[in-house]
Amino acid sequence: MSLSLVILQLMNGLQFGVLLFLLSAGLTLVLGIMNFVNLMHGSLFMLGAYFSAAVLGATGSFAQAIAAGVLGTLAVGLILERLVFRKLYARDHMYQVLATIGLILFFNEAVRVIWGSGSISTAVPEFLRGAVAIFGLPYPVYRFAIIVAGLLVGLGLYLLIHRTRVGILIRAGASNAAMIAALGINIRLLNTAVIGLGAALAGLAGLMAAPISSVQSGMGEPILIMTLVVIVTGGIGSVRGAFYGALIVGLVDTTGRVFLPVLLRSFMEPLKAQTLGAAVASVLIYLVMAAVLALKPQGLFPVRHG
Amino acid sequence: MKRLHKVLGGLGMAAAALATSAALAQDPIRIGFVGELSGPQAALGQDQYDALMLLVEQGGGKLGGYPVEILREDSQLKPEVAVQVTQKLIEKEKVSMITGLTFTPTAVAASKVAIANKTFVIGSNGSSNNMAGEGCSPYVFIVSWQPVPHVAVLAKYANEQGYKRISLMAPNYVTGKSFLSIFKEHFKGKIADEFYTPMSQQDFSSEILQIAASKPDAVFVFYPGGLGINFVRQYRQAGLGDKIPLMAHGSLDGTNLPALGDAALGFITGSIWAPDMDNAANRQFVEQFEKKYHRIPTMMAAQGYDAGQLIASAIAKVKGNVNDKEAFHAALKAADFPSVRGKFRFGNNQFPIQDFHVIKIVRDAKGRVNQTVIATPLKDAVDPFAAQCSMQ
Amino acid sequence: MVNNTYYPSARSVVSVVLLLGFLLVPFVAGMTGEGYYITFTTRVMIMALAASGLNIALGYGGMISLGHALYLGIGAYAAGICAFHGIHNGWAQLAIGLAAGGAVACVIGPICLRTSGMAFIMITLAFAQMLYFLIVTLDDYGGDDGLSLTARSTLPGLDVNNSTVFYYIAFAALMLTLFFTARMMNARFGRLIQGCKSNHRRMVTLGFATLRYRLAAYVLSALVCVVAGFLLANLVRFASPSYLTWMVSGELMVMVILGGMGTVMGPVVGAVVILLIEEIFSNVSLGLPGNLDSLVNNHWTAILGVFIVIATMSVKRGIYGSLPAGGRKP
Repeated sequence: MSLSLVILQLMNGLQFGVLLFLLSAGLTLVLGIMNFVNLMHGSLFMLGAYFSAAVLGATGSFAQAIAAGVLGTLAVGLILERLVFRKLYARDHMYQVLATIGLILFFNEAVRVIWGSGSISTAVPEFLRGAVAIFGLPYPVYRFAIIVAGLLVGLGLYLLIHRTRVGILIRAGASNAAMIAALGINIRLLNTAVIGLGAALAGLAGLMAAPISSVQSGMGEPILIMTLVVIVTGGIGSVRGAFYGALIVGLVDTTGRVFLPVLLRSFMEPLKAQTLGAAVASVLIYLVMAAVLALKPQGLFPVRHG
Repeated sequence: MKRLHKVLGGLGMAAAALATSAALAQDPIRIGFVGELSGPQAALGQDQYDALMLLVEQGGGKLGGYPVEILREDSQLKPEVAVQVTQKLIEKEKVSMITGLTFTPTAVAASKVAIANKTFVIGSNGSSNNMAGEGCSPYVFIVSWQPVPHVAVLAKYANEQGYKRISLMAPNYVTGKSFLSIFKEHFKGKIADEFYTPMSQQDFSSEILQIAASKPDAVFVFYPGGLGINFVRQYRQAGLGDKIPLMAHGSLDGTNLPALGDAALGFITGSIWAPDMDNAANRQFVEQFEKKYHRIPTMMAAQGYDAGQLIASAIAKVKGNVNDKEAFHAALKAADFPSVRGKFRFGNNQFPIQDFHVIKIVRDAKGRVNQTVIATPLKDAVDPFAAQCSMQ
Repeated sequence: MVNNTYYPSARSVVSVVLLLGFLLVPFVAGMTGEGYYITFTTRVMIMALAASGLNIALGYGGMISLGHALYLGIGAYAAGICAFHGIHNGWAQLAIGLAAGGAVACVIGPICLRTSGMAFIMITLAFAQMLYFLIVTLDDYGGDDGLSLTARSTLPGLDVNNSTVFYYIAFAALMLTLFFTARMMNARFGRLIQGCKSNHRRMVTLGFATLRYRLAAYVLSALVCVVAGFLLANLVRFASPSYLTWMVSGELMVMVILGGMGTVMGPVVGAVVILLIEEIFSNVSLGLPGNLDSLVNNHWTAILGVFIVIATMSVKRGIYGSLPAGGRKP
């Protein structure tokens, strides 16, 4: 396996990790600050993909598609916060799981009613098509763009959380929510803002993933499970944990898929190595999560609760 | 007085008997449709159903000249639900036959119930190897295809095209592994790469990169549904679309083409049918389907339509007397209907003996991305399990 | 004057009506000649059994397991794999399933119980996913297509192929579980578990070896689900990976929580409600204008979803759990 191939595989892992980060950042804040288990985060990802694909198909304008994806999911998130989530913050986790499962069912059907059961058409925008030659091998421009955009958003989030007043509130909220409410901060507004931020990030991830995925009902659940693995591994409430967790999960998943069979081939016949490698690769991230939890039950970068 | 009552009563009963027998003569034949009608896979079950309903509508609510009533149930891709709804259709709704059946697990579960109740099954998609071989039953007719020749046709095509080295990919589960092994059995060249990807994996960029590095003559993959859409798109985006021919099984069917659009142009798949097949039955089917449903019919729809036509031909042969099981069985087996595939007949295991074609994705006369037949490497193919079936 | 009149509570009325209903379904179905209701109600009872199993860990023990479908799958595949290898005796299959399920629960239980909150949910889910992928990849046992049982498991002396006999076998399993749950939860063990759910730290301070008890509750709940899986595979004569998806775990959770956590009959009520919604809305003709009827039939899961959301927000302790308990009126 040549060095260039290795580097390109790592870039794929990075690209996947970046998408996971966008999803995990929002979800970990929601869980950390409001102690709210939001399983329909994957549905927001799905809605971001659907809104942007639908608008792109109708208008052909990528800018409008981005706006539709982000603002659409922001709106959905805010509406749900007002109508449903707000009433569940004080309740036990179980009820939150229950209600958000109900929402998953609802949205999976809603997109089927509006857009049908099959996958809808999406397209990579014109100016991002094609492949660039890296070390002599073709790498899609679009995936580059995802990495760049994702890292920029990550930078923006870092600046938001560590350099602004809102960020202080968010970090304080993740550390001790009751305290900041007692200090007179409008906790309701903060909660709404965090949900909105999470929803918008999920929508952004969805619209970026749409051109390279199958946009159909139920596309949110597999990515939701990965996101949950990330935030549990990284540490709940910690955006830094979400960042590193996402990169780790993205890289482990990608490299595991590629390199495990290669590794096994050195002492097993190729076909068996391939299938065993694939089988282990599908559960590799769960094993990594279990290992992290066994050693550090609070995750890799836990938030220090004051 | 009593006598008057008795006479009146007698007259009343006679009238009622006349009325019921008249009504019975007009009683529609009840047909149960069981398929996947919810979730992302609903697109497939819906196609089977829509095609059947098109035929019924064309007949003015009749099949084979006799009025029919189609009762539909959703098996939700859960075998326990398939059993329940099939039983409901047979026992409560008193259907004379079951059609539809989208996926293998639900098809097997539903068929078992039907066979136990001596009810005919005219399946328009799902089946299992066992159903074609040892587990074959006189009550089960499959109108779709058996997977072995469906995959082998592309291997044969690869041989004919002179491909020497091919890279293979499929998801790492039983069906994926089975299909790749069928391909390898029939392909005479060498295998450059063989990748089995984890089932949850949606991103194939790593494997595609490795294939680009291996530079094979062609690539054969099996990726159904959404996985197929992802794969084909990513293959195109990696720039391999014009460089290395792609033969994809399960990825380029009619349900995926609207989502793939131009990304699918030039790629190859295998099938028993394409919308541009040139026979009278097919021409009118495609035209009417597009007119009514505003979409190009898929292979699932073609199969659903053929199942309906088979039922219609059998009903006509028995003159509406579907309860005569022996006669109805013979009528079904005769398969005397104008199939949209051209010719159609059943093998001893009541699976079709048919041609398998190689399909290319092209832009059709109306500028849409569509399928067209470019070769027919397998003619009158019999599946390998037929020999294990004890029926004649 | 002391008033000793005994008024049956709403809860006991509902319980009696439900259980009597289950008892009588085969008779009613026999009279109307519609055997399909027996199949449907058997499925309801099997899901109620699985939900009752989950209730021991979740409802009483407070352990939010999103991976209990794992044990449903072990029970189903124990039956399937044994049948595949020629072992058709039901007791043998069940014993193997219980042993396997118990072993798995004893291994992953301690791992899961070291975590709490979100991490616990994820770990349980992860293990269920692992078994799902394992079964789907295994060549010999059907994989994604599932595994057919050539015949139902044999139980000496019982004609299991008779749907009514099988119905009462499932009914017996459910009744036994409900009975033992009721007894257990009022005994020391049950009180301990509920104590852990209510305030874990206090139980530890009081000197109880909580891990041991919670693990026991987890393993017990797993074993009940194994039995449910065994029955499910026999009902359909099919073992399928679709029994192991996390949506199934989610459905079980919905049944337990919506019905009423920490009550004996809550999960049964939950199972009945959820499956009735499915049955009714996927078929009903409400006489709505235009295409609305078929819209409802095709997309009934949306209605179920909305129902779950509204019920969660409005009913604090589940449908059955919100009914007043206790039988005496002062």
